[in-house]
Amino acid sequence: MRTPMATPVVGPTLPLGTRLAITLRLFAIQGVWNYETMLGNGLAFCMEPALRRLPGGRGGEEYRAAMARHSGYFNAHPYLASVAVGALARAELDGVPLSQIERFRTAAPGPLGSIGDRLVWAGWLPLCSALALLAFGLGASPVGVVLIFLASFNVVHLALRLWGLHAGWRDGLRVAQSLGHPLLRQGPAHVARATAFVAGIALPVAAQGFIGPGRAVLGAVLAAVAAGAVLITLLHGRLEGWRLATVVLAAFVLYSMVR
Amino acid sequence: MTPPELLNLLPLTVLGALLALDVVSFPQAMVSRPIVAATAAGALMGYPARGLAIGAALEFFALESLPFGASRYPEWGSAAVVGGALFAMTPDGTPAAMTISVLAALLTASVGGSSMVLLRLRNARVVRRQQAGIARGSGGTIARLQIAGLTADLLRGALITFTGLFVFRSLHPALLASVTMPAMVSRAVVTSVASAVGIAAVWKIIHVTEGARWWLAGGLAVGLVIAGGLL
Repeated sequence: MRTPMATPVVGPTLPLGTRLAITLRLFAIQGVWNYETMLGNGLAFCMEPALRRLPGGRGGEEYRAAMARHSGYFNAHPYLASVAVGALARAELDGVPLSQIERFRTAAPGPLGSIGDRLVWAGWLPLCSALALLAFGLGASPVGVVLIFLASFNVVHLALRLWGLHAGWRDGLRVAQSLGHPLLRQGPAHVARATAFVAGIALPVAAQGFIGPGRAVLGAVLAAVAAGAVLITLLHGRLEGWRLATVVLAAFVLYSMVR
Repeated sequence: MTPPELLNLLPLTVLGALLALDVVSFPQAMVSRPIVAATAAGALMGYPARGLAIGAALEFFALESLPFGASRYPEWGSAAVVGGALFAMTPDGTPAAMTISVLAALLTASVGGSSMVLLRLRNARVVRRQQAGIARGSGGTIARLQIAGLTADLLRGALITFTGLFVFRSLHPALLASVTMPAMVSRAVVTSVASAVGIAAVWKIIHVTEGARWWLAGGLAVGLVIAGGLL
């Protein structure tokens, strides 16, 4: 049990070198991801440059206690884990009571996971994929397609990591307010609608890009796509489409060999 | 395969290892997505456009398997390198080349996905073994665990890529010789299967969002008009 410090150890800003070190480490936060501690070890690894500023410095008693505390189980979306890194580092350096830190560590994974999953994995990533597929279908060069995908995706990726660290450090354990930002609350729904529209355009255009000019097989392809999409949707939860596709393609290759 | 041929696989293996690392461990910038990874593999072979063709096909499949936390999903980084490289190795118009390359990538992705599960179990064992150091709050132990995890993932990616390339490169000539479907049919089959998976995946992602199905329908209408105009 520790008592809160009368004044924070450091001011509201982290030295640039420390901030840079944390930012670089954030990219490797899942380096030893596992089913037991999940992001835990990575969280402590990312906070470590800030924890060196605790009284006693690197290897001091407070440093070791904080490192041990934060290397236990923790889970969050990898990009938004930066919010927790910033908030917990600030809390440790401000000497916030351990009970509050533990409460934050227990409460944060839910929102940090669900917001990140909806915004990035089920939102921005499919949208960027659809944009790249559309560019492919419209005949963009390989470099162009790759640049469209990487630039569009990583603008948001980098922004989320940097914003998360900044907001977490600025607000400390009160960072939950920042997670209520309209962009994070309503953004996923808008991104899903944009994904639906762009993917709707991209899928037939990209498919046409594969088939090339001519309508010889287009009717058969459209009928197969419609039937296949309905079948996979009906099988949702029981069989993944890519597994079914593997079986279909293997069967087709075998049939072509033996016929 | 002859020793020089094996040596030729080395740059692709390094590429596959780096891209496999990106899937989860570092830096998750999505350079491991098939549309990037297969294009890079094709570029390494001197044919980026052929790599892109396979990458675009695989991207449809990858739309379905998004990297949610602890879920199990195929590993596309190394798989796309295998598929992109195989397709780039075959001359344009080779019968069945696209189907075989996509199938090789899908099978590699499946094995790669299983290898990620094994890696995560191994990581848990390693972390458990170092529990004493972690409980002491040793910064060195925690940093070493991160580096060990990253190294193991890099090696996993290299192993999956090399094995995939070795197996499918060895089978490739025999497969191409025995599969007789025309290149047009090969493309049509891949397009049908990939598009079906892609549309179902988009539906799965967006159907819970209010109004999104109408945006999808509108997009499909626009897309069909554009595709019709391009034919």
